[in-house]
Amino acid sequence: MLSEKAIKQVDEIIARYPAKRSAVMPALYIAQMEFGWLTPEAIEAVSEATGVPKATVKGVATFYAMYKHKPIGRHLIQLCTNVSCMIFGAERLVDIIKNKYGLEAGGTTADGRFSLVIMECIGACGTAPAMLVDTDFHENLTEENIVKILENYK
Amino acid sequence: METILLKNIENPNSADIDEYIKAGGYRSLQKAIEMQPKAIIDEVKKSGLRGRGGAGFPTGMKWTFASSDPKTPRYLLCNADEGEPGTFKDRPILEKNPHLLIEGMAIAGYAIGAEYGYIYLRGEYPGAKDILDTAIRQAYDRGLLGDNILGRAVRFHLSVHQGAGAYICGEETALIESLEGERGQPRIKPPFPVNVGAWSKPTVINNVETLSNIPYIIETGAEAYSKIGSRDCPGPKLYCVSGHVERPGVYELPMGINLRDIIYTHAGGIRGGEKLKAVIPGGVSTPILPPDKIDCPMDFVNMPKHGSMLGSGAVMVFDDTVCLVKVCYRALRFFDHESCGKCTPCREGTGWLSNILGRIEHGKGRDGDIELLLDVAGNMLGKTFCPLGDGAASVVQNFIRHFRPEFEGHIRDAGCRLQN
Repeated sequence: MLSEKAIKQVDEIIARYPAKRSAVMPALYIAQMEFGWLTPEAIEAVSEATGVPKATVKGVATFYAMYKHKPIGRHLIQLCTNVSCMIFGAERLVDIIKNKYGLEAGGTTADGRFSLVIMECIGACGTAPAMLVDTDFHENLTEENIVKILENYK
Repeated sequence: METILLKNIENPNSADIDEYIKAGGYRSLQKAIEMQPKAIIDEVKKSGLRGRGGAGFPTGMKWTFASSDPKTPRYLLCNADEGEPGTFKDRPILEKNPHLLIEGMAIAGYAIGAEYGYIYLRGEYPGAKDILDTAIRQAYDRGLLGDNILGRAVRFHLSVHQGAGAYICGEETALIESLEGERGQPRIKPPFPVNVGAWSKPTVINNVETLSNIPYIIETGAEAYSKIGSRDCPGPKLYCVSGHVERPGVYELPMGINLRDIIYTHAGGIRGGEKLKAVIPGGVSTPILPPDKIDCPMDFVNMPKHGSMLGSGAVMVFDDTVCLVKVCYRALRFFDHESCGKCTPCREGTGWLSNILGRIEHGKGRDGDIELLLDVAGNMLGKTFCPLGDGAASVVQNFIRHFRPEFEGHIRDAGCRLQN
C-alpha cells in the first residue's frame, strides 16, 4: 500500500489526464520513492492506485531504464559514458569509482552508500564528462575531482 | 544577432515569472488571444518555421492538419525528451527560460484548439522537472494558464510528464504510448498523430525549441522572423557543440550558418591547436563528415546535399587523438541498448553491429568483418519500424564510407594504434 499522502498525489496526477492509465509512470516514481525500489508490493500498490493490472504495470516498469528493480544505495551515481563523455575519459572515471569504492556498474557498495548506473547521454555533452548524483548534475569531471565530489555524499 | 531563444539566460533569476515579464514576456500571449486561431496558424505558416526536433517538418502545416480534424478534444504535446547523444540544446530553455516554452505552448494550444498540453520531459533532467513545475504553478497563479486565460474564455491546462530513460520515446508515436502509460514502442504511421494521436485524438507534437520560437513570431510578425536565417529554413537555431573545441556550449545562431564557422569562429576551433579528424554535425545518428566536407550550411535543406543531416544541431567534434572505431562501437552500443525490441531488423541488427564492432575494437576482428557490417546495415536500412534502426545502420555505413582504412587497420593490427 502507498501512504495516504502518496495516494493523494497519485489521485492529483490522475486528474491531469483523460485516462487513469497515464498515471502509471508517475505513480511508479512515487512508489519507488516510498518503497526504495520497485518491490512486488510497490508494483501492486501502483496497480491498486491506477486500476491497471499488475502484470501491465510490471511490463511498463521493466521497459524504462530509470526504474529500480532491486535495492539501491543511499546515493545513486548515474555516470554518462556516451560518446562526448567517453572521449574525455569517462571510462577511466568508471575505473576510479571501482577502485575507490569497490563499486561495479549496476552494483551497490557493501555499506549501502552508493549505487552506480552507466547512463546513455545525460545532456551535459558541452561540460563532459558528467554524472548525476541523486538529482544533482556534476559536470567537467576529472580523475582528480570525482572522488572529492562523491565524498560529499555520505 | 539578438538572442530570441536564449534571451536573458545570463540573469540568474531568468526562470522566474517576474523576470520573464519584466523582459517583455507573455505580451505575445496577450496579443495572440486577441487574434483568431486561424490567423495565428497563418502567421506561423508564413514564418517558415520548421520543427527543431530533427525532422524539420513545417510547423504551421502540422498545426493546420490537427486543427482541421473535426475530432475533439485535441492535444498539444511538447517533446522534451532530448536524448540524441551530443544534444543539450533544449536544456537551457527548460532550466533557464521555462516561461518562453510555456508561453509558446499556451499560444499553440489556443491556435489549434487544444485545452490540454503535456511536456514530455526526459527522466535524466530532474532539475528541469522542478523548474518547470514551479514555472507552471506561477503561470497558473497569474492567470496565464487555466480555465480563463487573461480573463478570456480561453482554456489551456499544462503539466509535465516525466519519462524514465528511454531514447525511443523521442520518437513521437512512442512518446504518445509512453504518455498513455504504456511501454514506449512506436506505432505504425499513418495514421499520423495530427489525426490519431494521444488517446486517439488529433495531437500536435512539437519540440521544445520549436515552441519557443512561437512568442517571437507572434510578437514581431512572420515577415521579420523569416528574415533571420536561411531562405528555406528561417529563424534562429540552437547549435550545441561538444568534443574537442576550445569553447563547447550552446550557441544561438541564424539557421544555415556554415558548420566550419560554428566550429572555428564560435566554438573557438580545435582544442590545443590539434588537428581536426571528423565532425558529427547533428547528433550521433547523423552521418559523420571528414574535415574536407565541413563547408556546409547547417539547415534542413542543405545538409542532405552535403552528405549529412542537421538532426538536432548537436555538433560533435573529434581531433586526431580519437579512435573512430571506438566512437562507432560506443554509438552502436547505445543503439543496441535503446532499441525497443518491437521490430526484428532493429532489435537483432543493432545487437550484431555492436558485437562485430566490439570484436574489431578489441583486436579480434576477422577478415570480412567490414563487409559483414555493411551487409547487416544494408539489411536494416529502410526495413525498420521507426528511424532508430535506420540511424544505427547509417552510422556504421558512414563511418566506414569515410574512415574505412581505420577499420581495416584495427583488423590487420589486431587492435588500435591510437590506444597502444
